[in-house]
Amino acid sequence: MKRNRRFEKRHKGGRIRSVGVNPRSFERGQLKIYAYLVPISIVMLLPIVYIIVSAFKPVDELFAYPPRFYVKNPTFDNFRRLFEISADTNIPASRYLFNTLVITVVRMAGNAWIAVSVGYVLSKKNFRSKNALLQINNAALMFVSVAVAIPTYFVIVYTHLYNNFLVNIIPALVAPTGVFLTKQFIDQLPDALMEAAVIDGASDYLILRKIVFPLVRPALSTVLLLSFQGSWIEVTASQMYLDSETGKTFAYYIGNLSLGGSVSTQGVAAAGALIMFLPSIILFIVLQSGVMNTMAHSGIK
Amino acid sequence: MRRKQKGFAAQRRFTDQYSHWILLSPYVLLFVLFIIIPVGAAIGLSFTDFNTIAKPSFTGLANYINLLTNDAVFMQKVLPNTLMYAVFVGLGGYILSFLMAWSLAQLTKRPRMLLTVILYSPSVTGGVLLSTIWSFVFSGDKRGLVNYVLLKLELIETPIQFLKSPEYLMTVMIIVGLWSSMGIGFLAILSGIVNADTELYEAARIDGVRNRFQEIIYVTIPSIKPQMLFGAVMAIVNTFKDAGTGVLLSGANPTPDYAGQLIANHIDDYGFIRYEMGYASAISTVLLLLIYVLSRVVSRIFAERE
Repeated sequence: MKRNRRFEKRHKGGRIRSVGVNPRSFERGQLKIYAYLVPISIVMLLPIVYIIVSAFKPVDELFAYPPRFYVKNPTFDNFRRLFEISADTNIPASRYLFNTLVITVVRMAGNAWIAVSVGYVLSKKNFRSKNALLQINNAALMFVSVAVAIPTYFVIVYTHLYNNFLVNIIPALVAPTGVFLTKQFIDQLPDALMEAAVIDGASDYLILRKIVFPLVRPALSTVLLLSFQGSWIEVTASQMYLDSETGKTFAYYIGNLSLGGSVSTQGVAAAGALIMFLPSIILFIVLQSGVMNTMAHSGIK
Repeated sequence: MRRKQKGFAAQRRFTDQYSHWILLSPYVLLFVLFIIIPVGAAIGLSFTDFNTIAKPSFTGLANYINLLTNDAVFMQKVLPNTLMYAVFVGLGGYILSFLMAWSLAQLTKRPRMLLTVILYSPSVTGGVLLSTIWSFVFSGDKRGLVNYVLLKLELIETPIQFLKSPEYLMTVMIIVGLWSSMGIGFLAILSGIVNADTELYEAARIDGVRNRFQEIIYVTIPSIKPQMLFGAVMAIVNTFKDAGTGVLLSGANPTPDYAGQLIANHIDDYGFIRYEMGYASAISTVLLLLIYVLSRVVSRIFAERE
């Protein structure tokens, strides 16, 4: 009986749904969900908040007992020290930061170009080995690079990428997930658009530039986000394939700082962590609607 | 002059006719170099004895036999650790992702977006960042957050060395793993639920679906099977990809008493520390096979039945 009433309430006179999936407005039934979702979110957020706060703590507050989730005298000392410590390696921290910026920009451009052009070809073109390529790319979603670290090492040596700055970039251009997501997104663009362009004599390159690129913006934002997140925290190449410090990344530099683990370097490590973390999240917030739009088409069929 | 034009036209025809291969070629080339060759080489080397100095010598299945019969660390520590981690972080994280996604889908747009950002953000904290954050929380002195709370509640008398002691390392790794498990797979599931056809739910109610639980089983999951599959594949990959957490948190490879040793660490241990490349490749092959089989299993579960 009670159930029945609720049913009627929801459907009376074609009212807009406010209970159930993707409701339009707030309804008391949603309180139950908030009751557990908000506490869980807070618990998940705590470690991050603590890091952010610690990054601005002066040394005496870092040592303070009990540990506090707020800072009394916020300071930028930790950030300043982060850039000064590097004096003993003879390479300024700004060099590492510059490397990371270059790597990030080039990788984002490369990943975006490859994802869209390959996604377009695998989605809209017809040729003999297409199905096989699709299957192989889908299988590569399961690819775990750490599993084949040893043969990859030899490939890097043979292709002269060892001790070469490009090792930060080239292996990362293979991103099956980005290609897959973009291909799924292009699948739902109407064929008619491309057919009309072909009749007008447009080449695939022109179609890509004029039709596909403008329409795949949501998928592109996903690829760019994944690419950014991967590049910003890139350490593998610095740890394994580069001997000279000059080509290494900022994430690597920060990782080495926090290895010490003493309280005195904790503030600096926290400042480094903040620099590693915030840009990824800000970018996610900016690109969120495009990302969620892409994800709606992400299913493997 | 005319000839030149003709040549240009022919060239144009070539680039247009094979445009798909031209567009594919950079990706295919890099794909072969950094995925196909390494996987092939790992399988090939797994049948050899190879120490990086002498040429690999063929030894048949010896590596696999050793792995299954002689490697006490693998059988007693690494494999059980990996399975435990896979169940809690892989399967547990996947279920958690689904439940959180489902819950978020019941909310209005703005609060949903805010909470999504919060739940998603831990997943971008790879490697370095992860260890920095969690060494604050589980720090072994009394200023560590967990130790502080436990001391305050008088549950313990002296601070616990969470990251250095074999008893606790795996638990910490599972907590950290679950915390950062809501990544791209979670977004896919959330987006699938939000964008599913709402009429399905109304039809199901008329057909006698009575409560939220039935709704999830009979409507939500079947309508987002492809996203569930994508999420599952991502969960599996993330679980087995994880080589860093235990080593980074404890600051040692091997981890104390092998308590946090996962299969990917075992590969590193043999490959880059002991230089037994053949043997390490055999472990790699087992890992790849494990991921492949699991992915087949989940595709069976979520296959679209026509």
